[in-house]
Amino acid sequence: MTAPQLEIQAIAVVTAIACAMPGVFLVLRRMAMLSDAISHSILLGIVLAFFATRDLTSPWLVFAAAVTGVATVSLVELLQRTGRVREDAAIGLVFPALFSAGVILISRHAGGVHLDTDAVLMGELAFAPFDRLVVAGRDVGPRALWMMGGILALNGLLTAVFHKELKLATFDAGLAAALGFAPAAVHYGLMSVVSLTAVGAFDAVGAILVVALMIGPPAAAYLLTDRLSAMIGLSALLGAVAAVAGYWVAHALDASLAGCMAVMTGALFALALLLAPERGLLVAARRRQRQRWDFALAMLAIHLAQHEGQPDEHVECLPDHLSDHLRWAPDFAARVVDLARRRDLVVERAGLLALTEAGRDLARAAMVR
Amino acid sequence: MNRAIAAAERPGAATPAIEVSDLTVAYRERPVLWDVDLSVPSGILMAIVGPNGAGKTTLMKAILGLIRPAAGRVLVHGRPGGEQRRLVAYVPQRGSVDWDFPTTVLDVVTMGTYGALGWVRRPGRRERERALAAIAKVGMQDFVGRQISQLSGGQQQRVFLARALAQDAQVFCMDEPFQGVDARTERAIVALLQDLRAAGRTVVVVHHDLQTVPEYFDWVTLLNVRRIASGPVADVFTERNLRLAYGGRVAFLARDPGSGPDPATSEGGRGRA
Amino acid sequence: MGAILHDLVFDYTLRTVALGSAVLGLASGALGALAMLRRQSLLGDVISHAALPGVALAFLLTGSKAPLALVAGAGVAGWVATLAVGGIVRASRVKSDAALGLALSVFFGAGLVLLTFIQRRPDAAQAGLDKFLFGQAATLLAADVATMAALAAVALAALAVLWKEFKLLAFDPDFAAILGYPTRRLDVLLTTLLVVAIATGLQTVGVVLMSAMIVAPAAAARQWTDRLGRMVPLAGLLGALAGVAGAVLSSTTARLSTGPVIVLCATAIVLVSLGFAPRRGLAWQALRQERARRRLRSETVLIDLYRLAAQHERPADVAHARAVLRAMGTGAGSRRALADLEARGLVRRAGRDDWSLTPAGVAAARAHLAGRDDAEVAS
Repeated sequence: MTAPQLEIQAIAVVTAIACAMPGVFLVLRRMAMLSDAISHSILLGIVLAFFATRDLTSPWLVFAAAVTGVATVSLVELLQRTGRVREDAAIGLVFPALFSAGVILISRHAGGVHLDTDAVLMGELAFAPFDRLVVAGRDVGPRALWMMGGILALNGLLTAVFHKELKLATFDAGLAAALGFAPAAVHYGLMSVVSLTAVGAFDAVGAILVVALMIGPPAAAYLLTDRLSAMIGLSALLGAVAAVAGYWVAHALDASLAGCMAVMTGALFALALLLAPERGLLVAARRRQRQRWDFALAMLAIHLAQHEGQPDEHVECLPDHLSDHLRWAPDFAARVVDLARRRDLVVERAGLLALTEAGRDLARAAMVR
Repeated sequence: MNRAIAAAERPGAATPAIEVSDLTVAYRERPVLWDVDLSVPSGILMAIVGPNGAGKTTLMKAILGLIRPAAGRVLVHGRPGGEQRRLVAYVPQRGSVDWDFPTTVLDVVTMGTYGALGWVRRPGRRERERALAAIAKVGMQDFVGRQISQLSGGQQQRVFLARALAQDAQVFCMDEPFQGVDARTERAIVALLQDLRAAGRTVVVVHHDLQTVPEYFDWVTLLNVRRIASGPVADVFTERNLRLAYGGRVAFLARDPGSGPDPATSEGGRGRA
Repeated sequence: MGAILHDLVFDYTLRTVALGSAVLGLASGALGALAMLRRQSLLGDVISHAALPGVALAFLLTGSKAPLALVAGAGVAGWVATLAVGGIVRASRVKSDAALGLALSVFFGAGLVLLTFIQRRPDAAQAGLDKFLFGQAATLLAADVATMAALAAVALAALAVLWKEFKLLAFDPDFAAILGYPTRRLDVLLTTLLVVAIATGLQTVGVVLMSAMIVAPAAAARQWTDRLGRMVPLAGLLGALAGVAGAVLSSTTARLSTGPVIVLCATAIVLVSLGFAPRRGLAWQALRQERARRRLRSETVLIDLYRLAAQHERPADVAHARAVLRAMGTGAGSRRALADLEARGLVRRAGRDDWSLTPAGVAAARAHLAGRDDAEVAS
């Protein structure tokens, strides 16, 4: 592995972890699409600040972009509060407008400069190692690595310090307000962090990968654990894995780095969806198969218990009648009765099905449920 | 009770309005309704009551044919699901309606005629007249062109009742119609439901206020995953049945929990209205 | 202006561009209106982003830039993304917002990967696929517009034929099911029409911004009418207006992608509608509120004056300084309130800044206080 290769992966991993932290809260608070809105509209802030400073490395760019991100969220809320459009439509109105303004400004006035619209979406991770940070005449590494490292440290610090407030405001905003933690402050704090992270990552990996990294790993982690701290850790891990795997896939295919990393977050999510130990589709399918039989047995027991000794017993308790009354296919009904017999839940007496003691217990247990 | 029994014994009302047999409904293999049997005569006003999670809304959806049961079946006026369509109407829960939808009173009520129209055909003058007649029946003729968010809660309920009338339904299903409406509106809606009953229609209401059951309804089904009891209010709405349905949580029915009747000795004691 | 009109009719490029943009605005506006009402505003964003891998794959497979092939690719990919979102929401506990964002970014990422393959192909035919990112109406050919128009016509015709069914589905899907309509199939059909509408705009507006053409005309049209039957055609018209205006502006200016300009035009239409639509306009609402606030303030001043004067025998004859009123808490607006009252003949100026009630003012204040008592008794 060459040094630039290592550095690209380091930048990608640091970015992925930095994105995963606010991403967890976006996903839990059902605001994932705001990451899409913010990561697009910050372009306008970057462009405006660039026109003001004429310097692409100015810290004002980061600041202006972060402010634009927060302003996007406020605009969405403002529109929504007029009662004239719903939240999803408000998001769909605000960010394309801001993004369009940014794109137009770039193509009209910044032609030839480093800013160009394709890079905005795809990022230029491959070139990131060539932009070095030089401190006191010494090369200390790629600028993007320091930038994202700083943002990662900040996100980690904020998540640790405000863990309790974030948790409370996410799961019970009402209680948080009652206890004196202003949920609105937490909300805007989180939005500022999302904006800042998006700005930092924007330059290196592009808007789309920011969205993928903020949503994909947390969504996958959400399927794997119920604990918030575990979810944050898992998201960071999955994001890092997606970044490294994406790098090598891109390397092998000689394709877009950001694109391959985004696809990898999707692949990891798909794996989690299929294989998660408790919520995975495979486990669920197997469990449902088993439950289907248990359920059918319980249904049979309850049906017999309900009609035992009743005047309609001679019809309702006929084995052939089950398919009619429980709406079971005849062969399914036969298999259920067979299974019930093997488990000593029913016996056949004078052509009618009768519950054994165990069968009656099952019916009672099922009914109490 | 007497009125309900009379309705049940009336000639022509021999087929029950709703007949539910062995109905089991499960979401993801978890039972929500277990083996429910129910026979509801036509021309009555019935409440479905039970604790949260008892399956009240699910039972109503099954009657409406909106969910496929895991077992059992529902007949409406003797006809099975699919065929009974248009005989059953529903008034949606207030919270589930998009009140800002660009639609007017006349527009909503005209939707009641869409079932009879069938595919592609547009409502014409006849449908418009049917809708207007239904609107007049609920006393909303002055609001025909109003957008639905500009109506009071009671007026909104009346619009959806008119839609059911325009549908020419026999059975009316309402899910918690009194939620979030004031007392006067509640009385107005009850009066309207009683008019429907007088016209021979059957009304089924998911209801959560036990206090008003004897006052508003003549028939009641107590539900808690299983059917606890179903019949005329006077016979079925007993403290014993309520305890079966709600577990120990009906203490609020007794005026003074401290000196309330001992559940063991108060068989048949009525919940106080 | 006259020159532009002349060019719109006689200039091949401008005419083509304007027609193409009008078609896309019409289709996406009309179908977007139903999508917005069905809370699918952001689904449009996903479908349009997801179109990128579809377009790229169609090009890689067929080697042609024929719009029909590319639109078909976009449509299929958009559909797969829609199904993925629905599947994730149904089969897991991941909510729709995360599912939408995930599908959007992953599909777009796949599109970027495929684009890099295309860029490496030796044939220069790839030039022009970039325009699918932000749109480049100037490259539209008359044949492209014909294809788009045909697709849009089919979609709009389907919308017209099944109008009643789609309206029911959008407003109350449970009721549609009770009446016996197959809601699942109608839902699939309506979403397909949305996919088609989005696909027709990709060449002009681009995948990144096409979602705005689903939401903006619909949101604007909603402000002007309370009837779906008017909102949908109006959204189509406003969409077409934004499309034509944006396309003309961008093709008469150098170095401008069409997509962003069209989106800004659509946004301007939304802002005007939100502000000044007859009943729902925010400007009118603010005006109504201001008027109500002013009336309330002058009533307060009137009653304050009456209370002060009532201590005297002939209330109409005593004057009080405005400073006294200010001290009673009427505050900053008292000057304006007094001017309003004077205009209504209820107070008159007695000195430089001293005011007294007219007999009419006394009567009005009394009537007002009586009414207030009634209200208090009633409540």
